[in-house]
This record gives sequence, C-alpha cells and structure tokens, in this order.
Amino acid sequence: MMRKVLIIALLVMIALMLIATVLEMPTFGEADNPTNNEVPERYLEKSLQETGALNVIASIIIDYRAFDTLGEATVLFVAIAAAVSTLKAH
Amino acid sequence: MEDLIVRYISRIIVPFVQIYGLYVVFHGHLSPGGGFSGGAIIGASMILYALSFNLAEGSKRVSHDLALILESSGGLIYAGVGLLGILLGSNFLANRIAGFPMGTPGNLFSSGTIMIVTLGVGIKVASTMITLFYSLIEREHNGDDHH
Repeated sequence: MMRKVLIIALLVMIALMLIATVLEMPTFGEADNPTNNEVPERYLEKSLQETGALNVIASIIIDYRAFDTLGEATVLFVAIAAAVSTLKAH
Repeated sequence: MEDLIVRYISRIIVPFVQIYGLYVVFHGHLSPGGGFSGGAIIGASMILYALSFNLAEGSKRVSHDLALILESSGGLIYAGVGLLGILLGSNFLANRIAGFPMGTPGNLFSSGTIMIVTLGVGIKVASTMITLFYSLIEREHNGDDHH
C-alpha cells in the first residue's frame, strides 16, 4: 500500500516537471525561433536543385545524411539477427 | 483463430493493403512516406494474413528462408549503391556528383539513388516484421507441442 502511494507520488512529480518544461518552450513554427537559423534555410532552398526530389525529408535522410540512415538500417538488421538467434535455440 | 468472416474479409483486403504499401514505398521521393513506413505497411499485411489463417498458410506464401534472403538483399542493395558511387569515381553514397540520372522533378523515375535506396529499405523493413512475427509464433507452437 505504502509502495503504491510512493510510486504514484514519484510519477506525479516527474509529470509536473515535464509539463512545466513543455510550457516554457516557444510556439511551434514561429519565425524567430532559435531553430530557424541558416541551416534549414540552405537545405530548403537548394534541395530541389541538388537532389531532384520533391520530398525534402527524403532528400535529407537519403541524400545529404545517407550514412546515418545506413547505420540505422544496420541496427535493424543486427536486432533481428540477435532476436532470431535467441528465439531459435529451443 | 478460425473465423469465417475474418478469413473472408482479410482475403479481400490484403491485396489492397499491399498495393497501398507499394505506393508509399515507390513514391518515397514525391509524397510523405518513404522506405520505413511503406515497409511497415507491407509487413503488416502479411501479419494480417498469417493471423486470420493459420501459420502454415502464411509460411506457404512467404517462407522463413525467403524472408531471410529478402532481408539480407535489402541491406546489400543499400551498401551496393554506395559502393557503386565509389566505382563511378566519386564519394561513398554520392548521388548527383557521381553521375546518377536525375530526370525531371515530379516524375516517378527521378533523383538517382533515392529511389533505389528507398526500395532496399522497404524490402528490409517488411521482411524484418515478417521474420520477427514468425519466430514468436513458431516458438509458441513448439512450446505447446513439447509440454
């Protein structure tokens, strides 16, 4: 009984801290956010000319940052290999 | 699970789900989607088929060996395209500067390596979902037989 009260109190504290952090953030998509500097501007202006894809997200994850996507595909493969080798040893 | 209505409806629905998944994979460079989400849709259609019928029917369509071969070839397509960039005289995983045909933006066959890589990632993710599902269900069936 005491453990349940402690668990609920801890979860409520963590939730309150997270909600207070989210309320401090700026509004999504405003023009003077700190994330609207020159980096996404360069990608948005030159993506169609340099890659020829209409989808900017696909051109970023497969053309500009293709090595990171290769690492992610490798992680998928290694996870499935580990899971299959564990589940087959009965 | 052997229900007549579920079998009847899923036999009708599975081709349409797979066509939608293929559309999301092929138009990865034109509309939102790409390799990961399209591969998840195709894998989910095979899981629906194996759930509504039994596992033996699902294994006849996509066997365990075929799923393993497809997953390895998906990863090899990705790395192979990167090495093709080196063979053509440029950097690893280069797109425009290595000489891949760009085409006009808006067509289906445009933008060089993006379409090939999206296909490889889609195949890989679909066979990942199928392999994981078959391993879990086979373990449960074999556990019932042994005990």
